[in-house]
This record gives sequence, C-alpha cells and structure tokens, in this order.
Amino acid sequence: MSVADTTPEPTLVVQHVSKSFGSVTAVQDASLSAGAGEVTAIIGDNGAGKSTLIKCVSGVHRSDAGEVCLDGHPVGFASPEEGRARGIETVYQDLALVDDLAVWQNLFLNRERTRGAGPIRFLDRQGMQREAESMLQRLDVDVPSVRERVRRLSGGQRQAVAICRAAGWGSRLVIMDEPTAALGVRETARVEELIRRLRDDGLAVLVISHNFDQVLRLSDRVWIMRQGRVVDGFRTAETSAEELVAAVTGAQRAANQPRGRSQQP
Amino acid sequence: MAVDTSTPAPTEDERSAQVSIGTRLLQRPEIGALMGAVLVFAFFTLITDQFGSLAGAARWTDFAATLGIMAVAVSMLMIGGEFDLSAGVMVGSSGLVFGFLITELGLNAWLAIPVVLALAAVVGMANGLLVMRTGLPSFIVTLGTFFVLRGANAGVTLLLTGTVRVDGLPAADGFSSAEMVFASTFGAPYNFRVTVLWWILAAAVATWVLTRTRIGNWIYAVGGDANAARNVGVPVAATKIGLFMTTAMAGALVGIMTALRLGSVQANEGVGREFEFIIAAVVGGCLLTGGFGSAVGASIGALIMGMALAGIPFAGWDSNWRFLFLGVILLLAVLVNNAVRKRAEGARR
Ligand SMILES: Nc1ncnc2c1ncn2[C@@H]1O[C@H](COP(=O)(O)OP(=O)(O)OP(=O)(O)O)[C@@H](O)[C@H]1O
Ligand SMILES: [Mg+2]
Repeated sequence: MSVADTTPEPTLVVQHVSKSFGSVTAVQDASLSAGAGEVTAIIGDNGAGKSTLIKCVSGVHRSDAGEVCLDGHPVGFASPEEGRARGIETVYQDLALVDDLAVWQNLFLNRERTRGAGPIRFLDRQGMQREAESMLQRLDVDVPSVRERVRRLSGGQRQAVAICRAAGWGSRLVIMDEPTAALGVRETARVEELIRRLRDDGLAVLVISHNFDQVLRLSDRVWIMRQGRVVDGFRTAETSAEELVAAVTGAQRAANQPRGRSQQP
Repeated sequence: MAVDTSTPAPTEDERSAQVSIGTRLLQRPEIGALMGAVLVFAFFTLITDQFGSLAGAARWTDFAATLGIMAVAVSMLMIGGEFDLSAGVMVGSSGLVFGFLITELGLNAWLAIPVVLALAAVVGMANGLLVMRTGLPSFIVTLGTFFVLRGANAGVTLLLTGTVRVDGLPAADGFSSAEMVFASTFGAPYNFRVTVLWWILAAAVATWVLTRTRIGNWIYAVGGDANAARNVGVPVAATKIGLFMTTAMAGALVGIMTALRLGSVQANEGVGREFEFIIAAVVGGCLLTGGFGSAVGASIGALIMGMALAGIPFAGWDSNWRFLFLGVILLLAVLVNNAVRKRAEGARR
C-alpha cells in the first residue's frame, strides 16, 4: 500500500446504531468505522449482534436509531438493492446463493443483463456467462463451469462464488459475515487471499470472524462486540490474542488500555 | 468493468465437460413426462381404433388444452414456491361473473372479458398479499379463498337466477365473435379446438418468460431460496404476487372460454379441478418445494391427462376409472421425476 494512514474519512462510519426485534435488543448504540484499503474485523460471541449490525449497514434491516455514513454522506438504505446501488456488497452468513441456479445466474441475480428494445427484453445469457467467467478468473476462483448448478459445488467453491459476486459488484465496501466458518484449511487460505486482493484494490472490507488467529493475520483493525454493543476497538498490530479474548469475554481490561468506545481505534 | 479479452476462455473441468447430449436430456425436468406421454399414447393407440387418428387427436387435445393453460400458469406459481388451491373454483367464478355481466347487465362480451380478467387479478392479488403479509403457507390461505369463492358461486347464482346455473349467454352482444376467438374449432372435418392454439401460445410465452427474461430468473430464485433472493434485492413479494395474479387470470381465461363454449355456466364449475392442474405440473416435473420445473413439462403433464381422460371412454371403460388412472400416473411420474431430479442436481443451465 502506497498511502498508509492518510485516509481522512473512513469509507464507512456507523454511529450510535440500535436495532431491536420486539423485546430483544440485538444492537444497542453501536459505533464503528471501516477505511478504504483496509480489512476491518468485528469479533464477538454468538448472539453479540454482529450479523444484525452489518444487516443494518447493508439495508436488510432498518436501524431503529443512529446513522450510517458512506464516504461521509449519511445513508439509510430501505433495501439491500439501494445499498448495492451505492457500491456496498455483502456476503451473508447464510451465503445467499440459490442452489438450483447456475453459478452465472447467481453472480448476476437481480443484476441480469438484457438485450432488446423497449419492453421486449431478452436475457443476454451468453454475455453474462462470459462475464461470469472473467469475474471468476480475475479472483482466481476455480469452479468446474459457470453453468454448473451451485448445488453441485463444494462448500469452498460456494463461498468463493459468493465472495466473487460481492467483489464483482462491490465498488466501495465489501462485508463478509463469517466467510470461512465452514471451510477447510486450504479453502480458508484461498478466501483470505481473496480478501487481501480486495483490500489491495482499495476497497473497504468488513469481516466478521470467530477465528482470532485469522483476525490477527488478516485485519488492520478490530472492533469488539458484546451484548449488542461495540465495546472496544484495536489496531491489530498493537494487540494480541489474549487481549482480544479478554475484550470479547468482558474480562478485566489490561491497565494500559483505557480506550473505551471511539471512532479511531 | 474492463474485460481482458486476450485470455482464452477457461477450459472446463473434465469430469463435467464430458456430458453427452443424451445425459443432458435425461436431466431436463420434463423428460419423465415425455416418456410417460409416449407410453400413454402408445397404449391407447394400440387398444382403441380412433385414438391415434386425427379425429382422436382433436378429442384428446381438447381435453388437454384448457387443463394445459392452467397447468402452465400453476407451474410458474409452483416454480415460484407457492400453491393456489383456488385456481379451479376461479374458473367457475369467472365464468359466472362473465355470464352475469353479459346476460343480467347486458354488457357486450368484449367489454365483459377485460372486466372479468381484472376482477380475477384482484382476487389473485388478494391471495398473494395475504400469503406475503401473513407468512402463512399459500396452501392454507388459498384453501380459504377456495371455500369463499365456492360458497359465493353457489349463493350468488341462486340469489340472482333462482337456479344453480346462468344460461342464455349466446343471446348477448358480442357473444358470437368472442366465441369465434375463444371457443371455435378449426381444421374441419376433425375440428380441433381453438383453445389448443391458446394453450400453445400460453406455453410459449411462459417458457420465454421463465428462461429468457429477468422475471423468469427471479421466479426460479424466489422459489429456490426466497431469503437469498431477498438479500440481493430481488422483489420477492412482487414476484410472488404477480404469479398469483397470473394464475387467477389464467383461471378467468379458461372460465370465459368454457362459458363461451357451453353458452351456460354451472355454479359448481371448476370445483375440484385445482388438483388436476397441480397434478399436471407435478407430472411435468415441477417440484412441490419450488425452484424447479418448466412450462413445457407442465404442458406435457396436461397432455398425458388429456389423453387419459379422452382415452378411457374411447376404450369403452367406465369414466370412473379415470381417477385410478390419474392416481397411477401421478405416482409413476413422481417416482421417475425423483430419479431425474437426482441426476438434474448436476445439470447445467
Ligand atoms: N430477525 C430476527 N428476529 C428476531 N431476533 C433476531 C433476529 N435476528 C437476530 N435476532 C436476535 O438478535 C441477537 C443478535 O443476533 P445476531 O445474529 O446479530 O448475532 P451474531 O453476533 O451474528 O451471532 P453469531 O456469531 O452466532 O452469528 C440474537 O439474540 C438473535 O436472537
Ligand atoms: Mg452472525
């Protein structure tokens, strides 16, 4: 990276966001940021509210309170489609691929290309298949064929396709919810490589992970969530596995870390 | 996005590249139905004289045509992951409303047709909205609609006519020209039904929509995995509501066709036929779980049932045997389709 630490305005700034489902408060007054050309990690126990928070960013959920800013402008997406139109792509924990559709159909789902005149429009199947091939090639993703149904792919291949879709369309921010949770060692390495490539392309990458080693390996910043709140944030280079474990579990914070909640970890 | 055109297209993995045309064919959703159709055709051609003739064909395509129009619409709805148990009684309701409009109100038939289609669209939209808003299974919601319409058909008909039927339709303005378009015959002396052409048109349009348009992609996606579709911004509710409306309007079209053909409408018209539509779609390879199937398959399913319905009287058997026949066909088709489905999980699209 040529220009390190000169980004004045992070790509994504989340401020005081809250979200409840009935009586369950999933996210409460959460604030964090993610910069371009960086991998930002969110860690926290099951049910800490990580997935809910990123869904508030991507437009799946509407937050009850707070503000989400993209490139300094407040945005409030009413649907994932609006978020996607602004360059935010998400790889959801449950993958969001349709098993019975082919790889290329999944890559282009709701982004279908058509040819024709006026209301008579045909899908440009060939064009989309070719483009799908080059999308996969660009990220060095290995699937038997873009015409293969997703159902037939291995877990690693599916994950790669989902990430490829996000990478192919995301121009500002790519969010990944536990992208390697179901993967073996080799596939995990591949996905991490993909994430680094997105970062090197200058995108902001926001990754949720339960794997502390991975977070230390991959990320530039880490945010800690506990019981719906963002309770702490670190620069990865300045922290350790022990410190992260302590922060996630809520154990006594080391005496020299009086950070609290802040925008700039 | 810049596309590097200098790189050669990636060579496909060998294991799946060597898929012969035969194997590809065996993975199509409609292949089981096609084999069944050939068998049923051969069977009745062998045991009866007329079945294989053009006159015979005119007869079984007649049975298959209106069933086929409905099966095409119902198959799209099923691919989209939903059911409509009110589709059969909708045929009766639409025929009755059409009859009232042109007899009691003296409306021109050509004015009544769009009114009936619009009313059906409203009922379809109500079905769709109820399903999407409540999150209840469409099986239950449309079962409710089924009973509501069934009761209304009988009650309103009795109130307005004092009988269980509306008749005297042929006296209305525009009846004979509408009959020409929707209920006449062609190809004398065999007299094929014009509804057969409508059926072919419906199957062609549905196939085009399903395989060549964005909406088709969305239909497969919302039926296959509604959550995944929603997460990438596919308008799930609008797609499904549109399918309910299409099904209801197909019911209205068939109701109008039947009314024009018979010149009268029975209050219980269409009741019980909803299962025939679903059977045709399932025989044609549609999965009950959604996300898989084709309009061509559903049409072949309708053709099989049409052949059975026409063939049984040809063979001189009592018409009650048709239920046994339909049941056996359904079970066989599901077994074959299950096997096909297992292969198709690897099929490319
Ligand atoms: N759609 C929903 N309706 C009701 N409650 C929800 C919904 N989504 C999440 N919750 C609740 O919100 C809380 C936070 O869930 P969330 O999925 O955000 O956790 P998470 O941090 O992603 O956990 P995990 O690590 O297990 O994925 C949980 O108590 C969960 O039950
Ligand atoms: Mg989660």
